[in-house]
Amino acid sequence: MTRSKAMLPYVVWMALFIVVPLFLVVYYAFTHTSFNGAELTFANFQRVFQPIYLKVLARSLKLAVISTVICLLLGYPVALVMAGNAFSRKSTIMLLFVIPMWMNFLLRTYAWLTLLERNGALNQLLTRIGLPALNILYTDYAVVLGMVYNFLPFMILPIYSVLSKIDQGVIEAASDLGANKFVVFMRVILPLSLPGVVSGITMVFMPALTTFVISRLLGGGQYTLVGNLIEQQFLVVGDWGFGSAISMVMIILILISMAVMSFFEKSEEGATLW
Amino acid sequence: MVKFLQRTYVYLIFAFLYAPIAVLIVLSFNASRSRGTWGGFTLQWYVELFQDRVIMSSLYTTLLIGITSAVIATVIGTAAAIGIHNSRGWQKKLVMNITYIPVLNPEIVTGISLMILFVFSKVQFGYLTLLLAHITFNIPYVILSVLPKLRQLKNNLYEAALDLGAEPWYAFWRVILPEIMPGVITGLLLAFTLSIDDFVVSFFTTGSGVSTLSITVYSMARRGINPKLNALSTIMFTAVLLLLLIVNLRQAREEKKGRRDNEQEKGFRIIGTVDAAGVDSEWVQSQ
Amino acid sequence: MTDQQLVNLIGVSKVYDGTAALKGIDLYIRRNEFLTLLGPSGCGKTTTLRLIGGFEQPTTGRILFEGTDVTGVPPYKRRVNTVFQRYALFSHMNVFENIAFGLRIKKMDEKSIRAKVGKMLELVGLAGYEKRSVDSLSGGQQQRVAIARALVNEPEVLLLDEPLAALDLKLRKEMQHELKNMQKQLGITFLFVTHDQEEALSMSDTIAVMKDGEIQQIGTPEDIYNEPKNAFVAGFIGESNIVDGIMHQDKLVEFAGQFFDCVDGGFAPQEPVDVVIRPEDIKLVAPEEAKLQGIVRSVTFIGVHYEMIVEAAGIDWLVHSTLMEPPGAEVGLYVTPMDIHIMKKVAAG
Repeated sequence: MTRSKAMLPYVVWMALFIVVPLFLVVYYAFTHTSFNGAELTFANFQRVFQPIYLKVLARSLKLAVISTVICLLLGYPVALVMAGNAFSRKSTIMLLFVIPMWMNFLLRTYAWLTLLERNGALNQLLTRIGLPALNILYTDYAVVLGMVYNFLPFMILPIYSVLSKIDQGVIEAASDLGANKFVVFMRVILPLSLPGVVSGITMVFMPALTTFVISRLLGGGQYTLVGNLIEQQFLVVGDWGFGSAISMVMIILILISMAVMSFFEKSEEGATLW
Repeated sequence: MVKFLQRTYVYLIFAFLYAPIAVLIVLSFNASRSRGTWGGFTLQWYVELFQDRVIMSSLYTTLLIGITSAVIATVIGTAAAIGIHNSRGWQKKLVMNITYIPVLNPEIVTGISLMILFVFSKVQFGYLTLLLAHITFNIPYVILSVLPKLRQLKNNLYEAALDLGAEPWYAFWRVILPEIMPGVITGLLLAFTLSIDDFVVSFFTTGSGVSTLSITVYSMARRGINPKLNALSTIMFTAVLLLLLIVNLRQAREEKKGRRDNEQEKGFRIIGTVDAAGVDSEWVQSQ
Repeated sequence: MTDQQLVNLIGVSKVYDGTAALKGIDLYIRRNEFLTLLGPSGCGKTTTLRLIGGFEQPTTGRILFEGTDVTGVPPYKRRVNTVFQRYALFSHMNVFENIAFGLRIKKMDEKSIRAKVGKMLELVGLAGYEKRSVDSLSGGQQQRVAIARALVNEPEVLLLDEPLAALDLKLRKEMQHELKNMQKQLGITFLFVTHDQEEALSMSDTIAVMKDGEIQQIGTPEDIYNEPKNAFVAGFIGESNIVDGIMHQDKLVEFAGQFFDCVDGGFAPQEPVDVVIRPEDIKLVAPEEAKLQGIVRSVTFIGVHYEMIVEAAGIDWLVHSTLMEPPGAEVGLYVTPMDIHIMKKVAAG
C-alpha cells in the first residue's frame, strides 16, 4: 500500500517535535550539567520530595480533586437532564454549553477577577441584597471556582454524549423487569455512562492539576501549584533539571490516576454483572 | 414538575456559565472606571482598545499564527490521516499512539519540552518557534477530525474511480478529497480555534517582542483589572458566537443534503475535543 | 468468432499474509459470455474478480486480455469496468456526474457526454433522474446508477461483484432479468460473482463453482445441476441427499445397506464414493415396492410441493413430493438408476 506513505511527513514532524522533546525532558531530569559536562544524577528527583515541594504537589492534587468532584456533581445531573426529554431542541441547548468553552481561556479567567474583586460585581450584588461581602479572591476558593468554571463543560459533554447514546429500550426493559427509577439509574444508567464519566474526569482533572494560569491570576501567590512551580523553574529560576523532574513526576501522577480510573471503571462493570 | 425542576437546574448552570461574560459585556460599556458603579454608556474602552498598539499587534500575531498553523496542520494532518487509514498493524498503532501524546500530555509539558528543543537546537525564539509549536499541537486534532470521515467512506470508492479510468492523483482530488471535505474543514476550523485560544504552549515558545493575544491578556490581567480587556472580551465573545453560528448553519445545510448522521451528534461534530475525549477514554482503557 | 477467448487466467494464485486465497486457477472467459463465479464466502471468487479488475496483482500466474499480458497494468488502463457490491457511488456528485465520470476523464465533449449519459439512463430506467443526489436514491436505483456508470464506458468485460446482494428478494429477481437482458442487448461480456446458486443458475451461460481458492467445476447451468462433479458442487447447487456408498463394479453401487443399479462407471472396485440424490428425484411408493423403507418424520408445505424428512436405514432423507404422507406413515423410497449420481470422494476440507 503506497498510500500509507502519506503519513511520512507527519511521522517525521512528530518524531522531531514530540518524541525528541520528551526525551530531552527525561535527559534533563536525570543529568546535572557542570563544567565537566553532563553526569547522571537523581538529585533533581530527591529535591521533588523535599517537604516544601511535596506540599505544593499535595495542594495541587487536593485542589484538582476537589474541582473534579464539584464538576462531576454539578455536571452529571446536567448531562442526565439533557439526555432526557426536558428540552426539545437539544443540539441548540448543548451548543450553549460549548460557546463559553470557545471563548479565550484567559479572558474567561479574567472575568472572575472582575467579579470577585473587593468592589467587584459580586460584592456589589451581595451588599445590595443585604448580605456580607465575600472576599475570596487570591484564596484557594477562587482557584477552585476558576477551575470549575473553566472545566465544567469538559465534564458535561462527554457524559452527555454517552448518556444520549444509551438505547431507550434498555431502560424500558429494566423498568419492565420491575426496577424503579432509582434502581434503573443505579444499575443501568450509571454503569452504562461510566465511560463518559471517566473521560470527563480525565478532561477536568488533567488541566486542573497542571494549570498555572488560574492559580496565578485568581490565587495570586507564586508557588501555589505544581504548574506554577514548573513555570518558575523554566522561566524564572532557569533550573531545567528540577523543572523537568517535576514535570515527569506530574506525568507519572496523571498516568497513575488514569490507571486507577480505568481499573475502577472495569471493576464497576464487573460488579454489575451479578 | 420534574421537568420544571430539571430545566431550572440547567438554567442555573447556564447562569453560572454566562454571568461572568454578561458582566464583562456590560462593564465594557461602563464609563466609570470603578467596577461597582454605573457611570453611563461609553465606547471609550473600545476606542482605546483599537488604539492599543500592543493588543493590536498581538491580535495580528494571533491571527497570522492561527491561519498559517491551521493550514499547514491541515495539509500534513489530512495526508497523515490518509496514510494511517491505509496502514496496518504495528505501524498504525505506533503512529496513533504518537498522535495521542499531544492530546493527552499536559499543555505545560508540551510547552516546556518544545522550549527545551528550541533552546537545544539554537533556534531564534519568535514567530518561527511559535508557528512550529502551534502546528505540532494542531496536527493531531486534524487527524482525529479526518479519520472518522475516511472510515465512513463507502467501500471501494477509490477503486471505483480507478476502475472508471482515473489515475491515482485524479481519483484523490476528484473523489476522495471531496468526500472527506467536511472532516478536513472541521479539522481546519478546530486547528484555527485551538491556535488562537492557546496560551500555555505559546507562553513557553514565543520570543521577546512576539506576543499572542492570550499572552498579552495574561500580562495585562496580572497587573489587575483593565477596562480594555472587557471590551476585548465582548468582541471575542461575539466573534466566537458568529463563527459557531456559521459552522452550525453549514452543517445543518449539509444534513439537509441528505447526509445521514446520528441525530445526537449534530451539535457535536464541531467540538472536536468531545470526539477526542471519546477516543481518549477508549485509548486509556486499552492501555 | 463467438468462442474467442477474451480473458485468460493462467495458473493464477494470490496469497494474503501467508494465506492462499487463490490456488493457481486457470480460467478463460469467452466474448459475449455471461460467466458466473459461484461459491461460498472466502472461496476466492471476489479475489478473482479483483485480479481481473486490476485492484490486486496475482502472486503467481498471468492474466491475458485478448492474448496480451495485462498482469501489472493498473485498473485505470484496463478495458474492464466494475459494479461494486455496495455500488461505491460518489456521493458528492449527482446522478449525471456519477455516470459522466469516466467520460470526462476521456475528455469527451459535453454534447457526446450528454447523449451517452442520457442513453444509459434510459437503458437502466432512470431517465429524468440526472440532477438527483445519489444518496437520495433507493438501493435498487443506486444499483442502476452503478451499472450505468460502468456500462457507459463500453467496457470489454463488465465485472459485477455480488451486485444484487443488498437488494430485497423481489427487486433482486427483477434485476436478474434486467441484467440478463442488458447483457444480451449490449453484447458485453459479463463476469458475475455471487454466492446465490439460484441467481447463478437463472442468469449464466457458464458457471464456475469455486471453493477454497480452487475451481471445482466449470460448465453450463444444466451440466452443473444435473452432473455435479463432486459432493461439494452437488450440495452447493440445490439441496441434495449425499450419503456414503461403495462402488462394487460399474453400474452397481451399495448404500444404505442395499445394492442399487446406477449409470456411472469407471471407479476402482470397492471404491468408497459419495452418492448424491436430489430430493425431487426420490419417489414415495408403497413400502413393498421399494428397496428402502422408511418412516415419515416431518412434513412441511412450502408452496409448490411438500418437503418431507423420511428416516430410512438410519439416514434422514430429504424428499420433495407433491403427494403428502402424514408423519409416522411407512413409505418406500424409490429412485431410478438415472437419478443416482456417483461421485468421487473429495478430500475433506
